[in-house]
Amino acid sequence: MAKTSQKIGDQALLERSHFQQLLDALGKRGYKIAAPTVRDKAIVYDEVASVEELPIGWTDEQGGGTYRLKRQDEPTLFGYVVGPQSWKKYLFPPEIKLWEAKKSSAGFQVSSEKMTPPKMALVGVRACELQAIAIQDKVFSEGEYIDPFYLARRKNIFILAVNCTRAGENCFCASMKTGPRAGAGFDLALTEILDRKNHHFVVEIGTELGAEILAEVSCEKAGEEITAAAEKAIAQASKQMGKTMDTTEIKQLLFRNLENPRWDEVAERCLGCCNCTMVCPICFCMNVEDYTDLKGATAERRRKWDSCFTADHSYIHGGSIRNSSKSRYRQWLTHKLAYWIDQFGTSGCVGCGRCITWCPVGIDITEEVRAIRESALVGTSAVSMKEKSHGKP
Amino acid sequence: MENLEPLLAGHPFFQGLDLKHLKVLVGCATNVVFNSGQFVFREGEDANQFFVIRQGKVVVETFSPVKGAIPIHTRGQGEALGWSWLIPPYKWHFDARAYELTRAIALDGKCLREKCEADHEFGYEIMKRVARVIAERLEACRVQLLDVYGDQG
Amino acid sequence: MATKDERQITMGDINSNPMLPEMYSLQRMRKETYDTFTMELEPTSGSRGISYKPGQFNMLYVYGIGEVPISISGDPAVHRTLVHTTRAVGTVTKAMWLLKRGDQLGVRGPFGNSWPVEESNGQDVVIVAGGIGLAPLRPVIYQLLSERYKYGKVVLLYGARTPEDLLYRQELEQWRARFDLDVHVSVDRASGNWQGNIGVVTTLIPNAQFDPMHTLAMVCGPEIMMRFTVLELQKRGIALDKIYVSAERNMKCGIGQCGHCQYGQAFVCKDGPVFRFDTIADLFTKREI
Repeated sequence: MAKTSQKIGDQALLERSHFQQLLDALGKRGYKIAAPTVRDKAIVYDEVASVEELPIGWTDEQGGGTYRLKRQDEPTLFGYVVGPQSWKKYLFPPEIKLWEAKKSSAGFQVSSEKMTPPKMALVGVRACELQAIAIQDKVFSEGEYIDPFYLARRKNIFILAVNCTRAGENCFCASMKTGPRAGAGFDLALTEILDRKNHHFVVEIGTELGAEILAEVSCEKAGEEITAAAEKAIAQASKQMGKTMDTTEIKQLLFRNLENPRWDEVAERCLGCCNCTMVCPICFCMNVEDYTDLKGATAERRRKWDSCFTADHSYIHGGSIRNSSKSRYRQWLTHKLAYWIDQFGTSGCVGCGRCITWCPVGIDITEEVRAIRESALVGTSAVSMKEKSHGKP
Repeated sequence: MENLEPLLAGHPFFQGLDLKHLKVLVGCATNVVFNSGQFVFREGEDANQFFVIRQGKVVVETFSPVKGAIPIHTRGQGEALGWSWLIPPYKWHFDARAYELTRAIALDGKCLREKCEADHEFGYEIMKRVARVIAERLEACRVQLLDVYGDQG
Repeated sequence: MATKDERQITMGDINSNPMLPEMYSLQRMRKETYDTFTMELEPTSGSRGISYKPGQFNMLYVYGIGEVPISISGDPAVHRTLVHTTRAVGTVTKAMWLLKRGDQLGVRGPFGNSWPVEESNGQDVVIVAGGIGLAPLRPVIYQLLSERYKYGKVVLLYGARTPEDLLYRQELEQWRARFDLDVHVSVDRASGNWQGNIGVVTTLIPNAQFDPMHTLAMVCGPEIMMRFTVLELQKRGIALDKIYVSAERNMKCGIGQCGHCQYGQAFVCKDGPVFRFDTIADLFTKREI
């Protein structure tokens, strides 16, 4: 099969037997490849070199507080949805060193190292995850202060997205308008098609870089019939979503219901375990911790993932402001679905459903919103922040 | 449907009130019940009610971000709750919450204010009683402030 | 998207890494009360220092111990010296209390927004401070006094727990002696030696001399004090969009990326700490927000 050079927007057809070429082309360019793999009975992201390391023939069954992997007959590469990890582990690592300080005669000196983040190719990024990356971009690289750690990693990322052809039990990307088709931001996007006769992928080119990589891989231009089949499969996933969330005027709904008794009800179930914030591809709370060695000769500052569910997340001298489980759950949900919109212009939820799957007691964010909508308080004043801020220097 | 007239007449707050004034009150009165933990009124809301407690206990409290809810004082059986309904700007400045199951008679503050304006004799009788409550609260508050059990001795 | 050769990004450039502190040395330490102190810092490198606006804060780092946000309480016209007044209540501030002249601190900032000094042009200004709340407001007073002709009446109402807890005593007396500044102080409790006002600071509001129709108010202190102060100012006829308060929340980064300081939609570190009251009126009376 000829190697064709194509441009942005074109769709190519890649045979399963040639998939490894894609990984090799990335490897040749110096990319480390992170892809889904199976470990400890879950789909986790890890570095791979060969297509054989992907979860071939695996699918998942998810529910409130449940996750199971199951083998299936078809040797699909992407027959599952999302697992407990998200790509934020590469872009926004769980722990990094911010800087180091050394005691000197004058006092102390602070220094930081030159960063050389590796080039990483993220293989198998779902539409919801792609949108999650775009949202974290807003937090870390589109505000007044840019996080150089995030930016350095982000500039060196290649994204190989995957359009879902099967929705999971806890998926609601269709409601959040973030999937199942990958939106803008990918270099290449695949749709897996596996039937009795064929196993191949429709590959859409998103960027010049994507086109360059694909040029090294044996593939041909995708015909109309096959691209139509891909579209159909994606459309089917869209109709098959396990969950839905009505986001009509959700900001106003939540502002009006800060004192809805439903929060007390969910607080009785919530353990404050922080699982939801850890698995969420968008949650970005982090803590800053200062360390010294035993002699006090060097000190360092590290940044670690944190969660608004911890007891001292809102601690100021004297005590925490959000003491009760109820206030913390309310903060998490209201921030994610309402405050986020004012802060960053989008929802803070992409409908991936991880928080439902990995909550030990199966708290379902879509159900909580539904319950609040149904029991909505009337006549209480709405919170408004007419101007986001004033007097900025 | 309970007749509120004898209940009001029997409540210490309205002791000595003329029958004709009592009848005016009854027109503004309803029976209310608060479950344990339920809010009676909230800081910032319009103060359009006045309560005489028949049974139970209500705590008047405020809250601080770090200390949480801070109780200030309690009102119980035979006592009156709330004067913000009579003093502008007619807004509650504190929260009030029932500690236990509480039965009270709620009087429509807006209605009462209008009646006080229309009939000054009635208004004076009400104002005397509310003034006494406020004076008692103020004095109690001053003594509370002295912190007599503390180090200052 | 991913570019081909941009692989190395240095973080040594302070401008590009807001998490890297600059070194400052302690020039002067003054103990104000039994638990409150003021530090005067100057850049170790000898640089010109930073310019900031009243209301802004810095993140101050004590070697090996930690970092805390503290409002700047000096004169914004003086760039080289950073003045910070704080109470010694936690691990870091208690360590600061023990610092000696010449000791170094890490400084990141200035962060946050500022008090509406410019918006006060042509208006009367009422400043109500409670306890340590006077510290973040002091730069406002300095700025108002430096261009006094721009403003109408300027009133300072200051409340503290006891006379021993009053901050900046000398300065307060100097300000009180001026003819173009109205200063009133009240304490919650006092012993026999005190001849001044006794009562919560809100009791000073009914008689304060200002025109409510043309007044801007700035309030800082414990939240309960601010709630009652706003009520009293409202009773005097000042509209809620002419009253500004200061909020305090846990801060780790100071740049709106760690998520800790959120207060409703706002990040207190960048949308605050100063808020026009009407924009947060609904949140202010809600618990555990």
